[in-house]
Amino acid sequence: MHDTAKDRQSYLDAPYGVAAWLLTRDHKRIAMLYLISITIMFALGGFFATLVRVELLTPRGDILTADLYNKAFTLHGVIMVFFFLVPSVPATLGNFLIPIMCGTKDLAFPRINLLSWYLYVIGALITLGVIASGGLDTGWTFYTPYSTIGSQTPVTAAALGVFVAGFSSILTGFNFIVTVHRMRAPGLTWFRLPLFVWANYATSLVMILGTPVVAITVLLVGFERTLGLGVFDPKLGGDPVLFQHLFWFYSHPAVYIMILPGMGVISELVAGMARKQIFGYSFVAFSSLAIAILGFLVWGHHLFVSSQSIYAGMVFSIISMLVAVPSAVKTFNWTVTMYKGSVSWESPTYWVVGFVGLFLIGGLTGLFLATLGLDVHLTDTYFVVAHFHYIMVGGAIMAFMGGLHFWWPKMTGRLYPDGWGKASAILVFAGFNLTFGPQFILGYMGMPRRYYAYPDEWQVLNVLSTAGASILGAGYLLTFCYLTWSLFKGERASDNPWGVTGLEWQTTSPPPTFNFHTDPIVTEPAYHYKQVPERETTTIG
Amino acid sequence: MADASTPLGKGSGGSPAGPLPAAPHGIAVAEPTHAHHPKLQHHFYSMEQQLEASILAMWVFLVTEIMFFGGLFMAYIVYRTMYPQAWLDGSAALNVPLGAVNTMVLICSSLTMVLAVRAAQVGSRRGQVVNLILTILFGTTFLVVKYFEYSNKFEHHLVPGPHFSTQYLVEHLGRTGADPYTTQLFFSLYFIMTGIHAAHMVVGIGLMSVILFMAWRGRFTPDYYGPIEVSGLYWHFVDIVWIFLFPLLYLLGLHGGHGA
Amino acid sequence: MPSSFPLFPPNASSVATEMDLLYLFIVAVCAFFTVLVTALVVVFTIKYRRRHPEEVGHDIHGSLALELTWTIIPLILSMVMFGWGADLFYRLAKPPRDSMEIFVVGKQWMWKVQHPEGVREINELHVPINRNVRLTMGSEDVLHDFSIPAFRVKMDVVPGKLTTMWFRATVPGTYHLFCAEYCGTKHSGMIGQVIAMTPQDYEAWLAGGRGVGTPAQNGERLFTEHACITCHKQDSTGRGPSLYGLYGSKVALADGRTVMADENYLRESIVNSQAKVVQGYQPIMPAFQGMLGEDQLLQLIAYVKTLKPVAPAAGR
Repeated sequence: MHDTAKDRQSYLDAPYGVAAWLLTRDHKRIAMLYLISITIMFALGGFFATLVRVELLTPRGDILTADLYNKAFTLHGVIMVFFFLVPSVPATLGNFLIPIMCGTKDLAFPRINLLSWYLYVIGALITLGVIASGGLDTGWTFYTPYSTIGSQTPVTAAALGVFVAGFSSILTGFNFIVTVHRMRAPGLTWFRLPLFVWANYATSLVMILGTPVVAITVLLVGFERTLGLGVFDPKLGGDPVLFQHLFWFYSHPAVYIMILPGMGVISELVAGMARKQIFGYSFVAFSSLAIAILGFLVWGHHLFVSSQSIYAGMVFSIISMLVAVPSAVKTFNWTVTMYKGSVSWESPTYWVVGFVGLFLIGGLTGLFLATLGLDVHLTDTYFVVAHFHYIMVGGAIMAFMGGLHFWWPKMTGRLYPDGWGKASAILVFAGFNLTFGPQFILGYMGMPRRYYAYPDEWQVLNVLSTAGASILGAGYLLTFCYLTWSLFKGERASDNPWGVTGLEWQTTSPPPTFNFHTDPIVTEPAYHYKQVPERETTTIG
Repeated sequence: MADASTPLGKGSGGSPAGPLPAAPHGIAVAEPTHAHHPKLQHHFYSMEQQLEASILAMWVFLVTEIMFFGGLFMAYIVYRTMYPQAWLDGSAALNVPLGAVNTMVLICSSLTMVLAVRAAQVGSRRGQVVNLILTILFGTTFLVVKYFEYSNKFEHHLVPGPHFSTQYLVEHLGRTGADPYTTQLFFSLYFIMTGIHAAHMVVGIGLMSVILFMAWRGRFTPDYYGPIEVSGLYWHFVDIVWIFLFPLLYLLGLHGGHGA
Repeated sequence: MPSSFPLFPPNASSVATEMDLLYLFIVAVCAFFTVLVTALVVVFTIKYRRRHPEEVGHDIHGSLALELTWTIIPLILSMVMFGWGADLFYRLAKPPRDSMEIFVVGKQWMWKVQHPEGVREINELHVPINRNVRLTMGSEDVLHDFSIPAFRVKMDVVPGKLTTMWFRATVPGTYHLFCAEYCGTKHSGMIGQVIAMTPQDYEAWLAGGRGVGTPAQNGERLFTEHACITCHKQDSTGRGPSLYGLYGSKVALADGRTVMADENYLRESIVNSQAKVVQGYQPIMPAFQGMLGEDQLLQLIAYVKTLKPVAPAAGR
């Protein structure tokens, strides 16, 4: 059916050159394009975080001006949320792995997948344009009426950037949903799917249901600034709090867009590194869906002190509490999966253990904020900042890094130095805790968010936090260095270096353009370990 | 539409421990022995799978569209509840006969759209071309009527912004109590909702022009008509949005409750 | 609690101790689970570490009993937290009836405070201890948030409406006041002090303050200046409804609804007079949107609140 020599060629070697990459329809190449783009945006977002932390070394506002500081935290938020965290796992690891895990040649709509990347790039370029023309100072939340009547910065352009990037994530989610429904290989029933696919499926549901709402919301802000169609203008009787409802209707579920794929990564890594069937497969799978659904019903917990009805507050509080249950179910299942496993202490395991610790703290501190009375004191303080960084950085980015270390040999065909992988996991874990741990205390002391000058008594904790951030930054930089090094000098990876199950490990490293040499047929549930699978694939179909 | 079985519908059911699919050669290798349809993309097994995938995709896309308009309807509900009087006053300035004509026009366009899909399924090229032209004409008529409605609002200073005035409402329509602030909210939502709907119509007409070109070239056959069917779903969706917009914006005064 | 490395803000209001207890309760629950899971992860990963490269884990699929355990226990604990938190929140949201009322207006980037006796101050709030204080707050421009960590209270200040919060200070002292909702360039400069004083000191402070009439008196002056009085007469003979006894009563509207005449209703009826027209009256009142500052609105409201029902026969 195919020319075997051409068939065996990896997706990296097959037609080469700039045009071949920029016009590719191969989901693996698009994943790599995304990986490069989000790395650039991560560096940029990190740069703005550095500005913030440096300013906060001293209680006086002395290093940046107030306006510059406001722009720094705004751009840090906008870039990290919309241009790094939302696309991080789905658009890179998800794009690369979902078709392979489904045993198919590509996503259902390869051209739309490419379009999604181009939309992302356009959105990112618009945002870079906003930075070049002076930056944005509304906070990543674009709260009205400051964003409509107060701010002198290019809010409309920034809103357009977010709008376009939103469509890129809608298209990714849409492609995943159709692929998982319609493209699975023969024998691959829903309950044989790897949990990574389940998690990304749940994420995709959130993407297609939530993103359009934030798209229309930022569009309304743009209309209000440019055309004077005042939907949120209090002078016309408009309600600024309605903006908050519409914004958080997306942006709270967006948190689950960021963390659910990370949870999927961790499920794969725990099962793989312990070479064991995941404990309570269906509970882990359905907890992803439960989180996705509950995630849509809790947005009001951002508005407990916004003048929202107190009874609405109670409903949102109790539903927010319920999110703790599926999260706890997942955590306990991962933990118990290691019981009587065969746990390998290679570097992905370090990232997994780090993830479990940080995600645990991030999730548990969410309970403080969901508790109505306590939230009155804690909301809009550094407690919130610390909490969501534990989820987004400690959870989502640790998982992303773990996934990158696990699948790197498959994606690039190269091995990175394992020792450096462990070292950077430890560095990131330690630096992270030092950065955000003190912020919980600052928050309970009452330090408000988005302050660039603060009372003297809080300096010690802020200095600790900045010190931690420099360690954290060094950890990420180290990862970047040895992963890049491995692309050129790394040892060639075998087809299945970890000795684990999964369709992606049954093809060559890196996989051929159409993923498999023979169309796969699935006959076993996921994570079915009787013995260690073959390390090398037999390439003749 | 969440089917629990495999995409090919053969072999094992939903149970992970269920019987394995029959011999491998039964599925994976047998496919290429079919005559390979020229429109079958390389990553699909069969034309059915390809069609099902594109239809599911359009439904998923329409769900995102519903959520997109949903934000606007939410704002509509909130403000209408807060300011029912402003809604009555503002609605009085909208032209019900023109709105009704547009509603009829869109319903007719949905009919011709369905007929075009049907023509593709039975292989009538002429039927496709005629019905698609009619669909495009109906869509254009809608936009022309909308243009006249909008320019009328501009003339009467009913466009929110510095030139907004309730003078027309007060003097010509007898809405003496029309509040200059909250009626602006009504017109803001009127222009945003109908404007975004009109933008969808423009996209739809563009899409239909492409489909018309393809139909004219005879691209669609009874075993390959996915693009026309999927575009039709989009067209119907845009029509249905109008079916909601028309009563919610135009017909407020008609069920009693003339306040003030 | 002077300490070189404090973990708590000063405890200076009636709710602070309970807030800290609730916090510590959740800290204890979280610490327990953190230690439990961490210990399990450490023990399992070390005890079951891979002994030789071809080893695989045991074939264990799950346990319904365990799944139920770690579903139900977190559910119960989180419901306890919800119950306690909701109860505290409810009390924080409902100012006691005997509260003294202080008006606060937020604008970029300062807090303007007006006491019931007429004393005004900027970026400072003097309050007596052991007395319930209710703040009625409005914003002239964008969102702000009035936050006093030592009292463990915080509330958004929202343009276009009035919000309220209350507290009872317990310990004399000077405490931080922050704007906790991002409001532009000098957001971190929109700070001040809350000074809790003994009732005697507070009286002395009030006596020394420069007052230019109480809010209600100023409101009455505005009421005359803006000719409100020509339509809103004491009896029901005016072209507008009488405002005597209006505050706190139920009002029937022209569109058939009934609303409670609270501060937000009064405010809206002044700035957007056509939004809620009283049954039996024509919508002829001009809208005062943009003509009155937020503090003037508060003064008018203070005045309307002083208008008690006249005679039993006066009707609505």
